Amino acid sequence: MSRKNTVKRIFKYVSGYRACFVTSILCAVINVSAALYVPILVGRAIDCIVYRAVDLSSLIPVLFFAAVSALVSAAALHVMNELNNRLVYGVVRDIRNDAFAKLHRLPLSYLDANPSGTVLSRIIADVDQFADGLLMGSSQLLTGVMTILITIGFMFFMNPFIALIVVLVTPLSLFVARFISKSTYDLFTAQSLIRGEQTALIDEMVGNMKTVKAFSYEDDAVRRFDEINGRLKGASHKALFYSSLTNPSTRFVNAVVYALVAFFGTLTVLKGGMTVGILSSFLSYANQYTKPFNEISGVLTELQNALTCARRVFELMDEAEESPDEGAHDLCRRTGGGEKPAGILGSVSCDSVDFSYDKSKTLIRGLNLKVEPGEHVAIVGPTGCGKTTLINLLMRFYDPDRGSICVDGCDIAKVTRQSLRRSYGMVLQDTWLRHATIRDNILMGRDISEEEMIKAARDVHAHSFIRRLEKGYDTVIGEDGGSLSQGQKQLLCITRVMLSLPPMLILDEATSSIDTRTELKISDAFLKMMEGRTTFIVAHRLSTIRNADMILVMRDGNIIEQGKHEELLDKRGFYHELYNSQFA
Amino acid sequence: MKYILKYLKPYRKECILAPAFKMLEAVFELLIPLVVASIIDKGIGMQDRYHIIRCCAVMITLGAVGLISAVSAQYMAAGAATGFASGLRSDLFAHIMSLSHKNIDELGTSAMITRITSDVNQTQTGVNMFLRLFLRSPFVVFGAMIMAFTIDAGESLIFLGVIVVLFVIVGLVMHFNIPLLKRVQDRLDRVTLLTRENLTGVRVIRAFTMEENEKNSFYGSNRELLDMQMKAGHLSAALNPMTFTLINFAIIILIYTGALKVNSGTLTRGMVVALYNYMSQILVELIKLANLIVLLNKAVASGDRVEEIFKIKPAIEDCADTDKAAVKDAKGGIDKAGKGPGVCFEHVSLKYSENGDEALTDISFTAQPGETIGIIGGTGSGKSSVVNLIPRFYDVTAGRVLVDNMDVREYDARLLRSSVGIVPQKAVLFAGTIADNLRWGNENASDDELNEAVRIACCSEVVSSKGGLDSPVEPEGRNFSGGQRQRLTIARALVRRPGILILDDSSSALDNITDKKLRENLKDIGYDPTVFIVAQRTSSVMNADRIVVLDDGCVEGIGTHEELLKSCKTYREIFEANEQKEYR
Repeated sequence: MSRKNTVKRIFKYVSGYRACFVTSILCAVINVSAALYVPILVGRAIDCIVYRAVDLSSLIPVLFFAAVSALVSAAALHVMNELNNRLVYGVVRDIRNDAFAKLHRLPLSYLDANPSGTVLSRIIADVDQFADGLLMGSSQLLTGVMTILITIGFMFFMNPFIALIVVLVTPLSLFVARFISKSTYDLFTAQSLIRGEQTALIDEMVGNMKTVKAFSYEDDAVRRFDEINGRLKGASHKALFYSSLTNPSTRFVNAVVYALVAFFGTLTVLKGGMTVGILSSFLSYANQYTKPFNEISGVLTELQNALTCARRVFELMDEAEESPDEGAHDLCRRTGGGEKPAGILGSVSCDSVDFSYDKSKTLIRGLNLKVEPGEHVAIVGPTGCGKTTLINLLMRFYDPDRGSICVDGCDIAKVTRQSLRRSYGMVLQDTWLRHATIRDNILMGRDISEEEMIKAARDVHAHSFIRRLEKGYDTVIGEDGGSLSQGQKQLLCITRVMLSLPPMLILDEATSSIDTRTELKISDAFLKMMEGRTTFIVAHRLSTIRNADMILVMRDGNIIEQGKHEELLDKRGFYHELYNSQFA
Repeated sequence: MKYILKYLKPYRKECILAPAFKMLEAVFELLIPLVVASIIDKGIGMQDRYHIIRCCAVMITLGAVGLISAVSAQYMAAGAATGFASGLRSDLFAHIMSLSHKNIDELGTSAMITRITSDVNQTQTGVNMFLRLFLRSPFVVFGAMIMAFTIDAGESLIFLGVIVVLFVIVGLVMHFNIPLLKRVQDRLDRVTLLTRENLTGVRVIRAFTMEENEKNSFYGSNRELLDMQMKAGHLSAALNPMTFTLINFAIIILIYTGALKVNSGTLTRGMVVALYNYMSQILVELIKLANLIVLLNKAVASGDRVEEIFKIKPAIEDCADTDKAAVKDAKGGIDKAGKGPGVCFEHVSLKYSENGDEALTDISFTAQPGETIGIIGGTGSGKSSVVNLIPRFYDVTAGRVLVDNMDVREYDARLLRSSVGIVPQKAVLFAGTIADNLRWGNENASDDELNEAVRIACCSEVVSSKGGLDSPVEPEGRNFSGGQRQRLTIARALVRRPGILILDDSSSALDNITDKKLRENLKDIGYDPTVFIVAQRTSSVMNADRIVVLDDGCVEGIGTHEELLKSCKTYREIFEANEQKEYR
């Protein structure tokens, strides 16, 4: 994305705060003009000061006006600061909201392929850096530009000749600043890249610290971290140093301007072309006029950094999205509640589906499947045979490369994802719980009564352990379940699904971490849950799936056998082999 | 904040020289008004053109020397700041890596990640700015006052008054702003947490079609962040206008009292202009200072938060007596007969938090060298807690755990852990290659040793299908299925040839053929490690030398499969539950 486009995008966000923006500019004009009027008044006051002959009667009113000017300027500055805060923090909020909303429109293939740390650092750290740059930029750039313009006006009004000298020399300062900021852009990009790499490592090591500790990998982690850290130090030092050259360089140009004004000003005074008071105002202007150049160039480097960060955020927002649901119809009309949504029977069929994650090698080829409403389908096969992939396709986390999947005869590519997913209840092997109370984790924002919740928890035998926790259902659990055991987490996930039973279920190793005694106890609840619902079960325990209406035996992404338990055993094929291995 | 300042120590030279150069630059700037006063009084007053030219040349020279010292200062400040941040980051990372499981549970991953990324960056900016400007600004302010004193002692009292009031204002703003900024950061943490959770839980959220709820709760937290940022912004928005008003009023008073003195003949006009210029210089510096204070406030708040992490002592204190530990460290604890060390639990109790219930109560059992111990029990019965005590992931609340007849608390924790191979419930792989991951177990392992471990863990075909040991592993092992990851984590533990091998329910994601084959392979690995198998199925542990049956944190029975079938009701129940499932 080009810099121009990035800036355009930022302005689009700013346009949401048009009133703030316009008023802020207005305040900047008032602030700057009033502030710049003060030196003129002071110059006049100095002209009243003649050795042993001070004109007090004209001095006092001049000073009074100077005080009023100062107050007006300060008031305008305050309003402007407030408005800029609102503007910047508001824009940042909007960008974060949009970026977050974008997350939910990104295809899973993107999220699966990009470390969550990188995406996270875009939404959090980059947006933060952007805010810092923009806040400094918006408040200082505005007043800076105003100060320059208004000072030039005042100076030409006081003495066009000296004003001309000032105006002719200062572009030098701009040129220097520009040159520096251009060359630092690349340095900041380099720094940003290394920082991203470091964040990814931090995310991985800190996120999985228990494993790190188990292998005493801490030292290696620290070593790898230090290696990146060393590079980051070098890159940061360069970026920071080069960007900080702007100020001293422009300050030097200022010193030259100041000396020139003093020189030509004094000569003019000697010729009687102006008073000492005006010279003093001029010098004061020369000081204040060049200061904004300092600031602007400082701000430019800051903005440079902000732009780099903004670009990374916008790039995230520009990632290809899931194909839109627009124009797609809902699979069902009624949702939620304990009963089947009306109108969905739950027949599922796949018609010569091809799919692969990596487009260079096919995983699933020509998959055909027909499941009648209410049938229980068990998917078995060795690890890595494509069971989870099948679920990704059924839930439309991924779209097939070819062929179609239909629910109740409707191509799922043509219905809204929400309605499709809402008609499935899913329990995955990888439990996911959030930093919130047990209750929030079970209810997931649904409107369900306390009794219903406790009943469900009781049915899956989660109630007893929840009750033993410090605050029962209101116990806040840490990120990813904190200190709960894997089995307890799975029980919570099952309770979650128990509370809204859609017409179809997907159970991917739903009970893998639950001990058999508990599993047996909850099997009644499971059977009841599965009753009359089309169910896909992935499990390694053949006994669990023996009662299924249909068993799909998968291997290397293909269904190699399909049928009922006895039929498959009689076939003496791969299923037979799998089954016997358990007891042989 | 004090604690982390020690990271500036290696940069003492820079820390002294950078501000020194900055001060030098300031001195040259402070001389300018004197030169101007001389131009007005001597050049204009006495019509001395030569003097004017000389003065202007002096001004340009002062500027050039100022430029050189400023550039040196920037270079050193940038070096010190990035070096500081780099050292801090490195130690912080190492410190986080040294925290124990209990600390990790309490702290949460996101908090640790923001500390090490954005908080450290803020402190870097703070140090850089501090070195560059925070000393320079007060120096200019005081310097201007001293110069004023040399011109007129009476007038310098106004300077003194202004400076005192300014310090009070700045102090008050700092005092009120720092706690607010801390709260801003807390809210930012919340936003980070939500983003992270949405990234890791994207499948569940989409399956439950919770996207809208998630967005709304994110928008809510983001709004709260905005509110707090605005609240903190009010104070900083007021700072600039206040200082501006103060200085301008001081100038007006200065000119008025100066005028009276010129009238009575104790001051010249040039001196009044010089005083006015000094006051203006103070104003310019103060505007910089105010912006800086905002920045420094943020940096101090971040620094404090970083320091909080440093203050957390690892819940597990390492044994300092390394001599003693070293004696016991003989080749992963494997004795001459090729047997792993014995492990003994003596009346062990464990609580995860002081107020919580006991997770384990009075556990006692012994594993003789080279024995295989099965640990079985219901979900939440404490199986994982028991094995987590062996590598000392947690410390016992009562009793003791002995490895090779020595309390685990007397070992160097790393040496202890290096003799333990643990396969955790949650199979985690890291970005890199397969070989990189396997070498976590033993970084010096040869390819042959890796292949041997891979063979035992039944994942030869996984490795070859991915393209060999050097094929890439994506972050979090995303390009592997759950079962593939699980087998690789088993291989990883075996690479180490550990004296104690712990399989914490690690076959849950494996299909039956693989599970069985794995158990067979483990019997024949060339030596006899002491093995702990945590399982839910009796079939996984029935061949163990001894089985410990746990229920609700207590030992229900210890013995062989046959003994327990006769004597232990819980075990019989589990067995029957399995039987029913498997043989029905």
